[in-house]
Amino acid sequence: MPTNASSGTLATSHALVRDAAFKSILTTGFEWFGELGIFCARVFRAAVAPPYELGELFRQCDIIGAKSLPLVALAGAATGVVLSLQTHDALIRFGAKSLLPAVIVFSIVKESGPVITGLVVAGRVGAGIGAELGSMKVTEQIDAMEASAVDPYKFLAATRVLACILMLPLLTLAADFSGLIMGWLANTLADPISFRLFLENGFKSVQFTDFIPPTFKTAVFGLIIGAVACFQGMRTRGGTEGVGRAATSSVVLSSLFVILADVVLVRLILMLWG
Amino acid sequence: MVNESSAPPIMIDNLHKSFGDQTVLNGISLHVERGETVAVLGRSGIGKSVLLKLIIGLQPSDSGSVKINGQEITGLDARQMNEVRKRIGFLFQEAALYDSLTVEENVAFPLSRHTKISDADRKKRVRELLGSVGMDQALEKMPSEISGGMQKRVGLARALALDPNILLFDEPTTGLDPITAAEIGKLILELKQKREMTAIVVTHDIRGAKVFSDRMVLIHEGNILAEGPLAELQKSKHPFVIQFLKDSS
Repeated sequence: MPTNASSGTLATSHALVRDAAFKSILTTGFEWFGELGIFCARVFRAAVAPPYELGELFRQCDIIGAKSLPLVALAGAATGVVLSLQTHDALIRFGAKSLLPAVIVFSIVKESGPVITGLVVAGRVGAGIGAELGSMKVTEQIDAMEASAVDPYKFLAATRVLACILMLPLLTLAADFSGLIMGWLANTLADPISFRLFLENGFKSVQFTDFIPPTFKTAVFGLIIGAVACFQGMRTRGGTEGVGRAATSSVVLSSLFVILADVVLVRLILMLWG
Repeated sequence: MVNESSAPPIMIDNLHKSFGDQTVLNGISLHVERGETVAVLGRSGIGKSVLLKLIIGLQPSDSGSVKINGQEITGLDARQMNEVRKRIGFLFQEAALYDSLTVEENVAFPLSRHTKISDADRKKRVRELLGSVGMDQALEKMPSEISGGMQKRVGLARALALDPNILLFDEPTTGLDPITAAEIGKLILELKQKREMTAIVVTHDIRGAKVFSDRMVLIHEGNILAEGPLAELQKSKHPFVIQFLKDSS
C-alpha cells in the first residue's frame, strides 16, 4: 500500500504530465495558427503578383463550382423540404400558417442556404484539395513544380483559394433556389399554393440587406475552406497515411472554422445591417 | 563576382545542413567543372538527396556557400531563385510527373510558363524532347499508364525542356530493372556527350556510375570521404570505402 508521501509524489507527477500535455497542445495550436498565417500571407503575395494563372483559376472554378453544383443543389433542396415539413406543423399549431412562405424564405436565404453550402463544399472540396495537394507533396510533384521555377503557392494554392472565394456565393444562390423550389413543392403537396403566390408572400418583407450580406458571407467560408485545405495538403508528410490525414483534417478543420466563422459573421451582419 | 564563363557551374563550399539534432551535411565542399558528370555515392539517408535540394534551393542551407553558374544562391529571393532554376534540370527519384497532366502536358509545363513560343512550336519542341528519350509514342498517355522507366524518361525530357546547362539526377536508376537502368545510364551518357552538360548524379548504382560519370564522390558522416574515378576509390585503404565498394559490387 502506498504511503502518503509516495501518493503525493504520484499526484505531483500526474499533474506535471497533465501540465506538459496541456502546454504541448497549446504550443501545437499556436504553431499551427502561426504557420497558417504565414502560409496565407505567402499565398496572398503570390496571388497579387503577376503573371496571373487565369487558365488554372478557370479550371479550378469548374472543379470547385460546376462539379459541386449538383451536391449543393441537392443539399439545398433537402433543407427546403425539411424546413417546409417542420415549420408547416408548428405554424398551424400557432395559427400562423400564412407565414410559412416568409419563414422558409427567411430561413433559407439568411442562414440555411449559406451554411449548408459552406459545409457541403467543405466536405467535397476540402477533402479533394487536401488529398490532391497532399498526394502531390508526398510524390515530390510540388518540389518538381518549384524546381521548374513555378511558384506552387501561386499555381496551386492561390488559384484554389480564389476559386473557392468566387464560387461559394454562386453555389449559395443555387442552394437557395433549389431550397425555395422544394420548400414550395413540399408545402403545396399538403396545402396547394401557386409558386408565384408563395414567392410573393415569402419575399414581401425581404430586403436586399436580408439577402446580400448572408450570400456574400460565404466568400469568407470559401477563403477558410480553400486556405485550410491547401495548407493541410501542402504540409503533408508521411506517404499515403499522411495523405489520408491531410484529407480528413482539411474537412474537419474547414467545417469547424466555417461554423465558428458563421457565428462571428452573423453577429457582424446583425450589427451592421440590423 | 566570379566570371560566369570561367567559374565551375557548381561550386559548393563548406555547406552545412541539419534537421533538428541530426547533422546531415557537415561542411561539405564540391566543385563540378563544365561538362563534368559527378556521381554522388553513400549510404541511404546520409543526405545525398538533400545536397541536390540545397543546390536547387528547394531547402535552405544552415551555412556555407552554393554558387550556380558563378552566382551565389544562398539568400536569393524567390524571383531571383527562379531565374537560377531555369538553368537547372532536376530528375526526381520517382520522376514526380504531374499525375493530372498527360505526358505531353508534363513536358510542355515549363515551356508554357517560361517561354513565349507559339503553341505549334511548343508542340514541336515537346515532341523533339520526348523523341530524344524515346517516348514520342506516348504523348497522350497519363503518367499512371506508363512504367517507372518510362516515367523517368519523361521526367528527363521535362528536365531538359528549358535547355539547362546543369542537370541534377536523384537516384535515376533506383527501382528499375537492370536493362531499363542501363538505358537510363546510356541516356545520361548521351546527354553528357551531346550537350556537354554539367551533372550531379546521386546513385547507388556504382556499375552504372562507372559508365556515365567522370568522378565519384563518396559521402560519409556529412562530408566527402573519398573522391575520384572508380579505380582511385578502389585504391582507398579506408575501411568504410572498402566495405561500401565491396557491398555495392
